[in-house]
Amino acid sequence: MSASLYTKRRVKNIVAMTLSMLATAIGLLFLAWILWETLSQGLAGLKPQLFTKITAYREEGGLANAMVGSLILNVLGILIATPIGVAAGTWLAEYSLRSKLGPTIRFLNDILLSAPSIVLGLFVYTIVVLPSKYLTDGDVTFSGVAGGIALALIALPVIVRTTDEMLRLVPGTLREAALSLGVPQWKLTLQILVRSARSGIVTGILLALARISGETAPLLFTAFGNNFMTFNPLDKMPSLPQVIYEYTKDPSPDINVLAWAGAFVLTMFVLALSLIARFAFRSKVSHD
Amino acid sequence: MHASVSNAVPSAERAAEAARNAKDSRDDRIFGWVLKGCALIVLLALVGAAGSTLWLGSDAFHTFGFGFLTSATWDPSNDQYGALVPIMGTIGTAFIALLFAVPVSFGIALFLTEIAPQWLRGPVSSAIELLAGIPSIIYGMWGLFIFAPFVAEHIKPWLMNNFSADPPDGQVSWLVTHVPAIGKFFASEYPFFGAGVLTAGLVLAVMIIPFISSVMREVFQTVPTRLKESAYALGSSTWEVVWDIVVPYTRTAVIGGVFLGLGRALGETMAVAFVLGNTFKFSLSFLETSSSIASTIANQFGEAQGLQRSALMALAFLLFVVTFIVLLIARLMLRRMAVKEGK
Repeated sequence: MSASLYTKRRVKNIVAMTLSMLATAIGLLFLAWILWETLSQGLAGLKPQLFTKITAYREEGGLANAMVGSLILNVLGILIATPIGVAAGTWLAEYSLRSKLGPTIRFLNDILLSAPSIVLGLFVYTIVVLPSKYLTDGDVTFSGVAGGIALALIALPVIVRTTDEMLRLVPGTLREAALSLGVPQWKLTLQILVRSARSGIVTGILLALARISGETAPLLFTAFGNNFMTFNPLDKMPSLPQVIYEYTKDPSPDINVLAWAGAFVLTMFVLALSLIARFAFRSKVSHD
Repeated sequence: MHASVSNAVPSAERAAEAARNAKDSRDDRIFGWVLKGCALIVLLALVGAAGSTLWLGSDAFHTFGFGFLTSATWDPSNDQYGALVPIMGTIGTAFIALLFAVPVSFGIALFLTEIAPQWLRGPVSSAIELLAGIPSIIYGMWGLFIFAPFVAEHIKPWLMNNFSADPPDGQVSWLVTHVPAIGKFFASEYPFFGAGVLTAGLVLAVMIIPFISSVMREVFQTVPTRLKESAYALGSSTWEVVWDIVVPYTRTAVIGGVFLGLGRALGETMAVAFVLGNTFKFSLSFLETSSSIASTIANQFGEAQGLQRSALMALAFLLFVVTFIVLLIARLMLRRMAVKEGK
């Protein structure tokens, strides 16, 4: 009787452990599968013209304008999000201690972190793209700036959160020492605290960059895309994820090959960024 | 002020110091305000996203009233819009995603906290987290070119042969004749077409596994070793320790992690846009094509005008409100766990 109960418990345990290992294998299998397809299909389309020609020539073209556009959009996004995000994170960590607003903002920031990016794209469409007709000759104008703002809204919560977490890791004695010497709080914050949390904050910025590099949905209604090389942020701007989207939908297999090549470049860029962020700075940032 | 300077040096120093203090405290206040202003942008972004979509969607809400939620007609040529099919597509794909992602994530978390040897934990958890780093457009491509054909070739025919009332091999299975209505959920007009609710749900499952499993792994690690050791000392097996000690102890946070994954699945756009089929026919079947709120917006917003644009904005508002509530629950539950930990 007791022997059979023991056997039952052992079998149950072995089954559970096996299923758990199987689950892990499934997770790793999908990672390997996706990376393998991106790698093998992407390498087939990897030609020099990918980096030298623009999308206007379709099958004979490349993705040069999309890569340049992505670069501009991402830089715009990070340039807008970084000062605001670092400032907001600093306020959360250093100034919000006695206010009820602090925990609320921290909480809302966590929600913004997972909010659907397509809705944020529509929000930027309403506040930037639609009003643009008052600035131009009556046309609604999609632009790189609008795309950059949309990406900034997605990067913002990542930067806020890492800045907040990194500053809270700075020991309190450092603040006390500086304050007791008569340093005003803004100087303490800027010159001592932000500086000592710098590597963590840079990690957050890199993670934010990795996050926005692959964003497609919000760019559809903000930067809109373009088949030509443009450096003007007030113009419609192409981006790599968006060209991949268009070229994947395309019925022509030759165009699909270009999409795979773009996917390869994009994936390698994003994974390299997250690996650098993870290992080069060796921080304990969580970014779910 | 100058008068006092002439007769006493110490008081001049005091005045200068007072001026410096006043300047410092003024600068401090301004600095604080600037920082606070930046923090308020987070609040503004959320309120603005909800407000702007509601505002531009109000036309559709006014025109169709409550019927917007219950009508299955989505017909741009006649300017008739009902959100039922996108709502059901969103819920259906998210349901499938959770159905597969939750047990797999649990298994991964269990493996990483209790079973795997120490040297394997780091690499495996990094690898799983890499899944979260892959852009969703890549999931979409892979889903469209690789996974959907795989489903069409290997998974769908099997499911239809066993569960559908109209199987490709012509032999209606025992299950279908004995379980009422089951055939409805596995019907498909195109047996060899891979896109559909099931395929989209599976792609979403892969996308949210890293989020759910990393929350689970983190909270499993917060269980006091004392508790686990005492259970082991009483002769519990690893599984019994996990199921009777670890899971009850971390329940709220585990549910929080699941809701976090659900929030992601509801709002995901690009991957779903490729593998759901983008059709607006009402169907209960998991094997039929459908459309989700996010994919509908992505596909139609560019060309939409007037009432259609408003209907898409109304859809975005619904999506935002629902994900907001889901993520709110997720964060509240995760926060409760953090309080328990004493963080």
